[in-house]
Amino acid sequence: MSTEQKELTLNMGPQHPSTHGVLRVIVTLDGERVIKARPVIGYLHTGIEKTMESKLYYKALPCTDRMDYLAPMSNNLGFCLAVEKLMEIEVPEKVKWARVCLAELTRLNSHLVWLGTHALDLGAMSMLLYAFRDRELIIDVYEACGGQRMMTSYIRIGGLSHDLPPDFEKKVRRIIKEIPAKLNDYETLLTNNEIFINRTRDVAVISAEDAINYGLSGPMLRGSGVKHDLRKASPYSGYENFDFEVPVGSKGDAYDRYKLRLEEMRQSLRIIEQALDGMPEGPYRAHVPGVVLPPKEDVLYKMESMIFHFKIITDGFKSPKGAVYQGIESPKGELGFYISSDGSNKPNRVRVRPPSFVNLAALPKLTEGGMFSDVVCAIGSIDIVLGEVDR
Amino acid sequence: MGLEEKIPDSIILTTLDKMVNWSHKRSMWPFGFGLACCAIEMISSFSPHFDLARFGMEVMRPSPRQADLMIVAGRVSMKMAPVVKTLYEQMPNPKWVISMGACASSGGVFNNYAILQGVDRIIPVDVYVPGCPPRPEQLIEGILTLQKKLEGESVKDVRDEWGRRST
Ligand code: SF4
Repeated sequence: MSTEQKELTLNMGPQHPSTHGVLRVIVTLDGERVIKARPVIGYLHTGIEKTMESKLYYKALPCTDRMDYLAPMSNNLGFCLAVEKLMEIEVPEKVKWARVCLAELTRLNSHLVWLGTHALDLGAMSMLLYAFRDRELIIDVYEACGGQRMMTSYIRIGGLSHDLPPDFEKKVRRIIKEIPAKLNDYETLLTNNEIFINRTRDVAVISAEDAINYGLSGPMLRGSGVKHDLRKASPYSGYENFDFEVPVGSKGDAYDRYKLRLEEMRQSLRIIEQALDGMPEGPYRAHVPGVVLPPKEDVLYKMESMIFHFKIITDGFKSPKGAVYQGIESPKGELGFYISSDGSNKPNRVRVRPPSFVNLAALPKLTEGGMFSDVVCAIGSIDIVLGEVDR
Repeated sequence: MGLEEKIPDSIILTTLDKMVNWSHKRSMWPFGFGLACCAIEMISSFSPHFDLARFGMEVMRPSPRQADLMIVAGRVSMKMAPVVKTLYEQMPNPKWVISMGACASSGGVFNNYAILQGVDRIIPVDVYVPGCPPRPEQLIEGILTLQKKLEGESVKDVRDEWGRRST
C-alpha cells in the first residue's frame, strides 16, 4: 500500500450508540479532520405516509404518534389541525388551551430526552439518568390522559379523546413546581462544565444565512440568531393568547443550542402555567355531527349519537376536495402536514414535512472541516429522531 | 466455555449446569441497540424509576461482540433487516433474543411494504413482549421470563449455527 494515501473512509452506524437510532453516516477523514460526512437514511423507513393514505382520517391518527416518538402529542396536534382546517371544524376554547398545555409538556419531554442523550454522547452519563427520571413526571400525565405512556393518540380530530382527567391539574402543577429546580441542577452540571464547554463551544457552527438556506427550523435555526417561531409567526391553537419569549442564540454552535433549549423549557413551563390558570370550562370535543365523534356519554343514551358514532367508526367522514397545509412548531422545528383530498373518506396523499429530516441535511455543513469526534456532538445537537427522518 | 465438547455423553452435569446458568442469569449483558419508539421504553427500564440493575442486567454493551442478549426494540424495516441479522450473527454464543413490542413481534400496526412482519423471520426469538410500546414493567417481566427459561439449559447442549440448542 502506498504511503501517499491520506483519506480514510469510515462507516458509522446504522448501529452506533451515538447516532440516536439507526442513522448511518459515511465519513471521509484526513487524519482526525472530517473531509466529508454523508448521512445515509432509510433504515427505519416505515411507510407511514403511504399507510395513512389507506386509512380513514381517524385511523390515520395513531400513525402520527409513531413518527416523532419523543413528541407524540405534537404530531397528533399537527395532523388534527390539518384535518380540522380541511373540514373547517372550529374546536371549543377548552380544547385549544388543553392542547397548548399538552404540546408544551411534549416539548419538555422531547427536550429532556435530547438533553440526556446529548450529554451522554459527550460523556456525562448521569445526565441521562436524571433526564429520564424527571421525564417520568410528564409520562405520568400522558398516562393519566391517554392511558398509555407514549403513544397516547390523545388529541383527536375535533377535540380530545376523553375529558382531561380529574388529577390533571395536580399532576401538571407538580411539574411546574419541580422541573425548574431540576433545570437548575442540570445547569450546575453542564453550563460551566469545562469538558462540556470544550466539546460544544464553536462546534457544529452554522451561520444564520446558511441556516435559512438549508431550510432549518426550530432550535437549529434560532440557535443561529434568527427569531422565527411558528407559535409567534403564525399562531395556531390559540398560541396568540399566551405570553412567552422566543429565545435565540448568537453564534449558532452546539453550546448556543444547548442554552437555547434549556431556556425553551423554562418558557414552556410559563406557557403551561398560563394554560392551567386560564383553562376555560366547556366541552372537550367540537359538536359537528357526522364528523366528530359524539361524547361517549351521549352514545350510551341517545339514539342519534349512537348512529353517528357507528357511522363515523365504520365509514369515517367525507372530506371536501382540496388540499391544506398546516405547520406547527414541534420541539424539533416546523412540523408540517400537507393533506390532499379527493373527496373520499380517506386522504389522497399525506405529506409530512419533518423537521428532523430537513435539519439533518445540514449535517455535512456542520461537520466538514471539524474533528471526527465532533460528528457525534453535531448529530446530538441537531436533535434528530429517526422515526421522523425516515417515516 | 470451550470445554463442553470434550465432555462425553455418559457424564451428566448437574451442579456445573446450575452454576453456569446462575451466572448467565445474573450477568446477562444486553446489547444496547434501539430501533424505534420501543427503544425509548427500553432506556426507561434502565432509568432510575424502573432500575433494571436490580436483575443484574444493566450493563448495556454498544458492541454485539460483548453482548449476550439482544433486545430487538422497535420496528425492523426491510433495509435494516440484513443489518439486524448480521449483528445477531456477530454475538458470541450462547445468545438470546427478546422481541420487544408489537412491531418486532409481528409488524404491529404497520402491515405494509416497508416493515418486516416479525423479526422471527430472520432471527430466532426466545421471548416476545407485547405492547406498543410495552411498559418497562412488561419488558422486565419478559427478561425475568427469559431468566426462567434459561434455567433449563445445559452447557452440554449442542448449538447449531443459529445459536439454538439443537436437542
Ligand atoms: S411496537 Fe409501537 S412503540 Fe414499538 S416500535 Fe412499533 S410502533 Fe413503535
